[in-house]
Amino acid sequence: MGARTNSPHRRRIEVPLTAMAIAHPPILSRCREVLAGGPTEAARRWKGPAIGCFPVYSPVEIFHAAGALPIGIFGAGGSVELTHADARFQSFVCSIAKSTLELAFQKRLEGIGGMVFHSICDVARNLASVYRRNFPDLFIDYIHFPQNPTSSGSLDYTSAELERVRRNISVWLERKITDDALRESIRAYNRSRALMRRLYQMREESPERVNSVEAYQLVRAGTLLPPQEHVELLEAALADLERRAVKRMDRIRVIVEGAFCEQPPMGLIEVIERAGCYVIDDDFVAGWRWFANDVAETGDPIRALAGAYCRQSRPSSVRHDMTRPRHEDLAKRVREKNAQAVIFAPAKFCEPALFDYVLFRRVCEREKIPHLLLEFEEKMWTFERARNEIETFAESLLFE
Amino acid sequence: MADYKGTVHEHSKRIMGAWYDTLAQAAKTGAPSAYIMITGNCVEILRAFDIAPIFPEVNALQLAIRKQSLPLILKSEEMGYSSDNCAYVKADVGYTMEGGIGKDAKIPTPNLIVCNFVGCNVYIKWFEHSAEFLKAPLFMIDVPFLREKEPSKEDITYVVAQLKELIATCEKITGKKFDIDRLREVCALSRRAEEGWARAKDLCKNRPAPFDAYFDSINMMGPINVLRGSTDAADFFDAAVQEFEADVAAKRGPLPEEKFRLVIEGPPPYPYYRSFRDLFAAWGAVAVQSTYSTVGGIWEWGYRHDPERPLESIAEHMIVHNLCNRSLLERYSQIRRYVEEWKADALVIHSIKSCRLFSAGQGDMRDYFVGERHVPTLLVESDLEDPRYYAHAQMKNRIDAFFESLEHRRIVSMSV
Repeated sequence: MGARTNSPHRRRIEVPLTAMAIAHPPILSRCREVLAGGPTEAARRWKGPAIGCFPVYSPVEIFHAAGALPIGIFGAGGSVELTHADARFQSFVCSIAKSTLELAFQKRLEGIGGMVFHSICDVARNLASVYRRNFPDLFIDYIHFPQNPTSSGSLDYTSAELERVRRNISVWLERKITDDALRESIRAYNRSRALMRRLYQMREESPERVNSVEAYQLVRAGTLLPPQEHVELLEAALADLERRAVKRMDRIRVIVEGAFCEQPPMGLIEVIERAGCYVIDDDFVAGWRWFANDVAETGDPIRALAGAYCRQSRPSSVRHDMTRPRHEDLAKRVREKNAQAVIFAPAKFCEPALFDYVLFRRVCEREKIPHLLLEFEEKMWTFERARNEIETFAESLLFE
Repeated sequence: MADYKGTVHEHSKRIMGAWYDTLAQAAKTGAPSAYIMITGNCVEILRAFDIAPIFPEVNALQLAIRKQSLPLILKSEEMGYSSDNCAYVKADVGYTMEGGIGKDAKIPTPNLIVCNFVGCNVYIKWFEHSAEFLKAPLFMIDVPFLREKEPSKEDITYVVAQLKELIATCEKITGKKFDIDRLREVCALSRRAEEGWARAKDLCKNRPAPFDAYFDSINMMGPINVLRGSTDAADFFDAAVQEFEADVAAKRGPLPEEKFRLVIEGPPPYPYYRSFRDLFAAWGAVAVQSTYSTVGGIWEWGYRHDPERPLESIAEHMIVHNLCNRSLLERYSQIRRYVEEWKADALVIHSIKSCRLFSAGQGDMRDYFVGERHVPTLLVESDLEDPRYYAHAQMKNRIDAFFESLEHRRIVSMSV
């Protein structure tokens, strides 16, 4: 897009985020409190076993049904200095892998007795091995999710894989995971996922009601809370937000794509909005909002989860589905959600996102969808450059 | 420096050249062809239908060895590929965009793209992109990673189900009916080649080793991974074993003197293959085992394709018996056995930026071998395809310093 930073029509497109936040102190302060406490505080509050879930999707219902709290482990943001992990993983490996490892070396996963990794990329797979060797007291599992969901064998395979996880968790925690408990957990997480879908619906329909940081915090809190508490939080927040009367600003409607694993710093999410964008859809914390609709609450619960993975998963860079190419899905979402542009936000060194960017970019160019590439690292702490780029991009569209 | 080429090298070149001729012919005639990857592949199925297999990885490495990869990589980066993406993919995409694939080229446009997803997640992206650029149908074979000691029966059933779906697709493409007896014949030929390759590797336990199990293995990786299931490949390994047995009897190795025995982990820097090799040869260092030579299959522990149960044994190969579908810790065990059983003096880890499957976590591997196994270990970094990541002077310094310390250690232990 052409640079327009020196345009005589240039104006600042800022929203007083803090003022908006002040309008709902109880909800947001609760969210911030949960996020500030992080995984160890979440585990401490639970008073039972806790298991760390590396991104992206994890079958949290199985852990929850066993009485364990599934906790999302998304690296350490900028909060740790790497003193051990750099010697294990090279400079060209993503930040989230290294900082997740560092958390364990620095004993900052207290109360979390296990970690589960998934078949999302080559780094995550090797990280599971490095964890297993260096922390033999932790329960470690690695889950292979199907990459061929249309094969006649996929559903049986996925069911068997989830049964294997159920068995391993049962042995680790020395407790039986009943079908009833599983169905109960599915119901609990269904409710929280449905409310998150409502939150995103609100962003699409009236993005002025909920700013990006608030929405992010509300979703991210769910990775640290038991589902019932997350449901309460979301219900209260949605009720407040639906009453919120805020004037719509002159901003472009964008979809942010690429940050499904390593999470951008909150500052970057804030900057995207302040620089002139309404984020009407994104893939932040994608694994915890994985299903397009509810998982079946009756019948064989393992089969229900497996079926949901094969047929109800959201398109993602970590999941192949030849019937629904991701780049075509992106173009469809842009059309359906009336988005004006796409901001690609891959984490530095994230191969799945960086590869997908090429096909995403092609489809955007074919469909004449404006787009901007914004690579980030969880530990980045200055956003001036990003702000300039986004502002220029947004203004070039606003004044077209 | 010594000339490493022997009759095995020439023989390999001849049969691999014949394979390339087949592809060039298919480009002209439109005879059926399919893309497939090296790792734990099911080339036997394509061969049973006389579908010519095309291996984009082999094309990419050929481009690197011939020092043609960089402009193609740059071409891909102009299309939006990141400097952090696998350069094998970028070289292949650049080659495709420059007209390297198609009717008037040496490589045909494939009738089918078979993505054998065996460990490497980049495979999925690579072939999704190929399918998009070449407008060819993509067939995914999802191979569950080996996450317990043994695969479950459901893992095997899942892969076999997909192989049967692939067979149905091949029937449609070729108009031929599947013939299980033909597949049995192919598997028997695979088995013969595997026997030979395993025997050749085993001969490297001798002093001196008859060939370098890293650098010379490249001559054998073509026949075992690309031509497996053909008479050419089976005959090649019979001849290679004969030659290596004669070398062992005559105490003949690839270098005038074998001073150090190494295990090498990681793919080689193809753009600087010869000069990298010379850095080791200068110290009389010979690789007696390597992990890279097992990306396609691990044959040295006894696994063979089984003509009596062809589909199940193909599935077992894809899930269990290749380096890429096994965990990093399984690789530590593999290397440990290599060091102990092949009596190696040291481990060299060549860490490459392109392939995170291989390299992510190799610092931990070094820590394990130095700290827990007390194996002298050198870790060096470059790339297998992108020449920009190879710094010759730095590489030489590191390797020289490592061998100086090994030599010093040897002198000290002898004087004690």
